[in-house]
Amino acid sequence: MATAAVQIDAHDDHSHDHEHHHETFITKYIFSTDHKMIAKQFLLTGMFWAIIGGAMSSIFRLQLGFPDADLGWLQPLLGKWIDASGKLDPEFYLALVTMHGTIMVFFVLTAGLSGTFSNFLIPLQIGARDMASGFMNMLSYWFFFLSGVVMFISLFLETGPASGGWVVYPPLSALPQAMPGSGLGMTMWLVAMVFFIVSSLLGGINYVTTIINLRTKGMSMSKLPLTIWAFFLTAIIGILSFPVLFAAALLLVFDRSFGTSFYLSEIYIGGEALPNVGGSPILYQHLFWFLGHPEVYIVLLPALGITSEIIATNSRKPIFGYKAMIISMMGITVLSFVVWAHHMFVSGLNPFLGSIFMFLTLIIAIPSAVKVFNYLTTLWRGNIVFTPAMLFSIGLVSVFISGGITGIALGNSAIDIQLHDTYFVVAHFHLVMGSASFFGMVAGVYHWFPKMFGRMMDSKLGYIHFWFTFVGVYLVFFPMHYIGIAGFPRRYYSFTNFDAFSGFTDLNAFISVAAIVTLFAQFIFVFNFFYSMFRGRKAPANPWRSNTLEWTTPINPGHGNWPGEIPAVYRWPYDYSKPGAEEDFIPQTVPYSQTMDSNLPHENDLIELEGEIDEIVVDETGEYIEHDSH
Amino acid sequence: MATTATVGNEKSLWRGGMAPFKASYGKLMMWFFLVSDAFTFSGLLITYAFLRWSAPAYNGDPADFVFSTEYWPIPEKVYEAFPGFHGVELPLVFVGLMTFILIMSSVTMVLAVEAGHRMDKKNVVKWMLWTIIGGICFLSCQAWEWSHFITGTDTATVADVVVNGRWQENYEIFGAGLTFNQYGPPAFAALFFFITGFHGFHVFSGVVINIIIFFNAANGMYEKRGHYEMIEKTGLYWHFVDLVWVFVFTFFYLI
Repeated sequence: MATAAVQIDAHDDHSHDHEHHHETFITKYIFSTDHKMIAKQFLLTGMFWAIIGGAMSSIFRLQLGFPDADLGWLQPLLGKWIDASGKLDPEFYLALVTMHGTIMVFFVLTAGLSGTFSNFLIPLQIGARDMASGFMNMLSYWFFFLSGVVMFISLFLETGPASGGWVVYPPLSALPQAMPGSGLGMTMWLVAMVFFIVSSLLGGINYVTTIINLRTKGMSMSKLPLTIWAFFLTAIIGILSFPVLFAAALLLVFDRSFGTSFYLSEIYIGGEALPNVGGSPILYQHLFWFLGHPEVYIVLLPALGITSEIIATNSRKPIFGYKAMIISMMGITVLSFVVWAHHMFVSGLNPFLGSIFMFLTLIIAIPSAVKVFNYLTTLWRGNIVFTPAMLFSIGLVSVFISGGITGIALGNSAIDIQLHDTYFVVAHFHLVMGSASFFGMVAGVYHWFPKMFGRMMDSKLGYIHFWFTFVGVYLVFFPMHYIGIAGFPRRYYSFTNFDAFSGFTDLNAFISVAAIVTLFAQFIFVFNFFYSMFRGRKAPANPWRSNTLEWTTPINPGHGNWPGEIPAVYRWPYDYSKPGAEEDFIPQTVPYSQTMDSNLPHENDLIELEGEIDEIVVDETGEYIEHDSH
Repeated sequence: MATTATVGNEKSLWRGGMAPFKASYGKLMMWFFLVSDAFTFSGLLITYAFLRWSAPAYNGDPADFVFSTEYWPIPEKVYEAFPGFHGVELPLVFVGLMTFILIMSSVTMVLAVEAGHRMDKKNVVKWMLWTIIGGICFLSCQAWEWSHFITGTDTATVADVVVNGRWQENYEIFGAGLTFNQYGPPAFAALFFFITGFHGFHVFSGVVINIIIFFNAANGMYEKRGHYEMIEKTGLYWHFVDLVWVFVFTFFYLI
């Protein structure tokens, strides 16, 4: 047996001092290095962007559902983008769909979801005082904020914000003269994305490092809650995929501003030949989707992790297939990098290559299905507690199944060539990635609100919010499948001009009404959120009778999370309804030696090892310095 | 306050409460950043490969090679200049020197890290200084190479291009810009500027960081701290930049 001497710097004395530091408003609420405050900053910024992104979708749904309507009443808000006859400007319509996509994918479901819950839960659930580097964590938020400021300003430009679709394919995005939105709006989009990538990188590096180095004693990787596994893998995906978008974006900047031809070749615009030769717009698509596809899982995995935790807690049952869940997520992580070309089946891709990407894409159905079956089997015969968080988690499983099944259809290149860029695709990804991630995010807020603000959210309002949202997303996105199969293309301003698409007007109007009602239902949540923050019922220490570590902190944890020593961990986080136990949950901090009645035979053997866990001297700083004595 | 815990076996390093890779969080962060940065460079080098192999290649005898915007040039014919040897063909000699300088600066960085392990402040400072000098030399060489590349050779390449928004037929191209160049297709120079520039920016950042670390070390900051880990972290970055250059060198100058 190899013996390794581990040098540990124990700084436990000084880390308790944090609470005594004098904090000003600025250090506490603005330039905070406390992961909990940074998480709340991400959450509030994410909510702000979600409202803007949602409002944008309502405006373009008005156009799609009621093409003849007089939108003059929107003039005070949109100004010259509504013309004299009350029509939405077609260029601005394109800007709206572009910004809706950009905002929702990056600002809401990446920064708002990962930024909030990775920051909030990683230190609390692994038993750490804070992130490895609080300063970098703060920088991560402020880069995100800066990115948001640039993007927000671009909304008010004379020529409008970027409007080439959220994927910003060249040559449309590379040539400022191609459309108004390809002017300054596009430049600002790219600048904002560069800041966003920096933010995401700073955050991701911190999350991964914290999970590796700062777990409390006893918290082995196989005792981590599934939320942490999800955040861990999400951060790894981000670290590996965002830099490629960074490279792609920089090359695009050069094409736009410095006259290079990386993505441009042989183009006539306005009857004039451009000098650019030798570039390839397909190259951009490859680089973009190398990020773009993993991005889907950056958005989705945290939501799946949150759901695992909430479903197990509220079914009062251990999660079914803990290891299978981890292996599935690892499988999804690896596969997410080798399927990008399924977005490019109609780009002239070699059909043989297409069939390889199709094969790899369909393999993703396996880990995804494993996860779904595990959720269902966890729910199966559980003592389900229908909290709002639980409802949204079950809702996530539902939309994940509905949206995932159409993914199997779309993954086939033969079918995809027919359905590419139709509303079928829009329906698919809004269910499987958009709604599922959104449900996970909202579920997380309901579940961890007591830990964030020390108060409970109102559950009646939560139920109303859930049913409006759940029914709403199906009413919005289910009919889109039919419209898509009928051949309606995405991103078209109006369908009334085409005989082929003159049908389904009523269905489009129906979708629009449902979308707007669903948007308004979200304000129930916003109200509930802010009302409960100040007036909500005071939360007990462990409101959901949960096992994980965050509920062992004080109700309003200070900087440093635990006032005394960080508790040690002896068991996995899913000991719910264990036969023989007094309560229907056993927190991770309870040693097996105290639960002799409920231990399984192999757990009795672990009691011996608990002494070893207690002996570990925790290195709370995550430092490891080798001191050479010679 | 340092305490020592003796742990049974390697696996139990993962049981929490300690750094399983026996590396501080700062060092891990540097590693993850480098992995990420490696993907940025991979994206750029894949772009290079994609554009280069979609451009026509020169199929004739290398002895008869002349520059043309119609096909990708032979690298040895482009990078053959050396300061003070005007008119002498010295293919890849100058870039070889640059590469040697960069690799030597990596060696001095290793020596600085090693001195840090021994808590030998004097030698840390000395080797850091040599590393900084190596970095600055590399950047200066790159500046000369760029300016030569931009100025061009004595004979022009004739092609139809757009200059200041107007088509010019049989225009005499000297040197290189981002839109067109005398050596080959537009992408040839654009990629050269972009990728060696991106790498050069990394070297520049490295030199700036090295200077900060040099002063910190000289002022005894790390001695007071009790360890020279900061040198190791910067060292990782510096070696990475060196490694990337090997790939850039292979793609641009050898293939």
